Amino acid sequence: MLRQVTRFMTCCAVVAGMVGFAGASRAQEVKSATLDAIKKRGQLVCGVDTGIPGFAFQDSAGKWQGLDVAYCQAIATAILGDPAKVKYVGTTSKVRFSVLQSGEIDVLIRDSTHTLTRNTELGLAYGGLNFFTGEAFMVKKALNVAHAKELNGATICVLTGTTLELNIADFGRANNIKINTLLFEKPEEAFAAAEAGRCDGYTDDGGSVAAARSAMKNPKDWIILPELISREFLGAYTRQGDERWTILVNWVHYAMLEAEVLGITKANVEKIKGETKDPETRSFLGLEANFGKQLGVDNAWAYNIVKAVGNYGENYDTYFGPLELPRGWNNLYTKGGLQYPLPWR
Amino acid sequence: MVRRPSARAYVGQWVFLLVVLAVGGLLVSELADNLARRNMHFGFGFLFAQAGFDIPFHLISWSIFDTYGRALLVSLLNTILVSAMGVVAATLLGLVVGVMRLSVNWLIRNIALAFIEFVRNTPQLVQIIFWYLAVLQTLPSPRQSIVIPGGLLLNIRGLYVPDVVMRADGSLLTWLACFILAATPFVWRLRLRGRRLGAKALVLPVIAAGLLAAGIEQVEFPSLTGFNITGGTQVPPELVALWAGLSIYAAAFIAEIVRSAIEAVPSGQAEAARSLGLRSGQVLFLIVLPQAVRMMVPQLTSQYLNLIKSTTLGAAVAYPEIFQIFAGTVMNQAGKEVETIVIVMAIFLTINLLFSAFMNWYNRHVALVER
Repeated sequence: MLRQVTRFMTCCAVVAGMVGFAGASRAQEVKSATLDAIKKRGQLVCGVDTGIPGFAFQDSAGKWQGLDVAYCQAIATAILGDPAKVKYVGTTSKVRFSVLQSGEIDVLIRDSTHTLTRNTELGLAYGGLNFFTGEAFMVKKALNVAHAKELNGATICVLTGTTLELNIADFGRANNIKINTLLFEKPEEAFAAAEAGRCDGYTDDGGSVAAARSAMKNPKDWIILPELISREFLGAYTRQGDERWTILVNWVHYAMLEAEVLGITKANVEKIKGETKDPETRSFLGLEANFGKQLGVDNAWAYNIVKAVGNYGENYDTYFGPLELPRGWNNLYTKGGLQYPLPWR
Repeated sequence: MVRRPSARAYVGQWVFLLVVLAVGGLLVSELADNLARRNMHFGFGFLFAQAGFDIPFHLISWSIFDTYGRALLVSLLNTILVSAMGVVAATLLGLVVGVMRLSVNWLIRNIALAFIEFVRNTPQLVQIIFWYLAVLQTLPSPRQSIVIPGGLLLNIRGLYVPDVVMRADGSLLTWLACFILAATPFVWRLRLRGRRLGAKALVLPVIAAGLLAAGIEQVEFPSLTGFNITGGTQVPPELVALWAGLSIYAAAFIAEIVRSAIEAVPSGQAEAARSLGLRSGQVLFLIVLPQAVRMMVPQLTSQYLNLIKSTTLGAAVAYPEIFQIFAGTVMNQAGKEVETIVIVMAIFLTINLLFSAFMNWYNRHVALVER
């Protein structure tokens, strides 16, 4: 009997200990729990797409590539000084926000649209907009469709759990036409169904549609319709309740843009750092001012980012150039686009 | 303090229960804290909000103005549809393959064996995607539809069956027909002057069919307009692929259950039946299978439950079942992770408990009554 009692007491003690630990860890939470955790872990856990050319995909060697992946690398560089210290977690459109909310990943950079509901009901915070686009359609050339409004009665493949589902329903309603949808969880299966002819076309954000076309057996058989039926502002998401972390993610984005504004590239950053007398450039590179310290990272963080990953434009050209997707809205504000870094003050 | 062993055991159990409840309570309060920290709220009010998205395949009417609650109902019906179709097909196919496995013919026996081994040892998800792509690859585009006599059209978008449009005032006739159909088995057992009516009751379904036919206003045949076929009812390839994937996989397991149950019937039973002069078909259906069924039922139940749970794999082939629509689209659009998953789990639990309650009842019904 004594043994049973002892065993039972041990159980109670373990449970009580766990409860106490959970309480203590919550009490210790300082300004940025996420940032502290990353520094301690020595690795950033970054949620990306499971595989879409342009944003995030694995090359033939299994290495992650893409604009969103470059952002993961930039954040890792800012905090840990090394773009390789990232663990990538491929997430489907359906589970992406749950994975972020549950704390499995530190940040979600997965060509995800910023919307009101996601900021409120889903409890997600805004981590910068790295891609301005809209929902576009890709259809088989043989169908002789020139405009989205001619899609009455057509079946379109869509990814589930996206803003696209709602846009397409609203677009049909506004134009008094009926577009049938077929909902897929993964792009690969949606592409296969479109290729086989199960759907007349595929819809996604402009960038992803260009990527989808490049993934088709014969991309020339497909055309992208000129209309964008929605605004899709894609960017990084963080959890609410850790403002300093969200702020850092935002400023990594501005650092990528600021580098392009200042004309600093991966190739010339070393040279500019040695020669520059321009006060704005000097404070950007961490030679003056203490912007890095204010964000809780190394003062040369922006220099490290450009050195390791490059500026925004360089990455755009690398990943979207091959898809023949013009920069358009994603050009700098100085060149007629919408990308505008906040003042570096 | 506590001396008697029974009391001691009692106290131990109560304390254990309290600890379990405390840990459960802690998890719930932790969940509430975490949700509150992200400014999220737990609640089921979202079920009454407008959904605003389309569901490609629905048994009851659906429009983008309907609520999330109706989306739950629509997707639940889709799940039940494919589950029911799967259970029936898996049982029939499994029975055939299981009997084939015991055939005296070498070829038949080994075809069944190869089928079972191949199907049982490859992942179910892969099989479902295989069937989907196989179906898609073989069928022509809507403009080159295969015309099947009777007004049916077959193409990559599915099988289109003519629609029967009922007259607006015909619903009374429909209800009457349903009532008559439901009454048939009872009339069958009815005794008139000491004799059962039996097969004479079959006149009732004929009357019901007549009533239904009288209620038809017109038959709408599917035809090609623009991109797609309009008119008629569509059986989408997603449903067929999921159905095939689910029932073939379960059939392989059921075949083994059937085989083992038949082998467990004492061979003397079959020998005795043969020596009474029954033909081999009669031996199987009148003597062996009725005894084998008793042994199969408990194992069949677990296969059926597996099949029902596996319908969630339909999400991979764009079949709008409850997991894809409710725990996918609705979860994302409404932002209610915990609530949607709780609802989906509760629904599967209910379906499966009801189903196993039915199977237990059936098991008692067929079990040997020992006196």
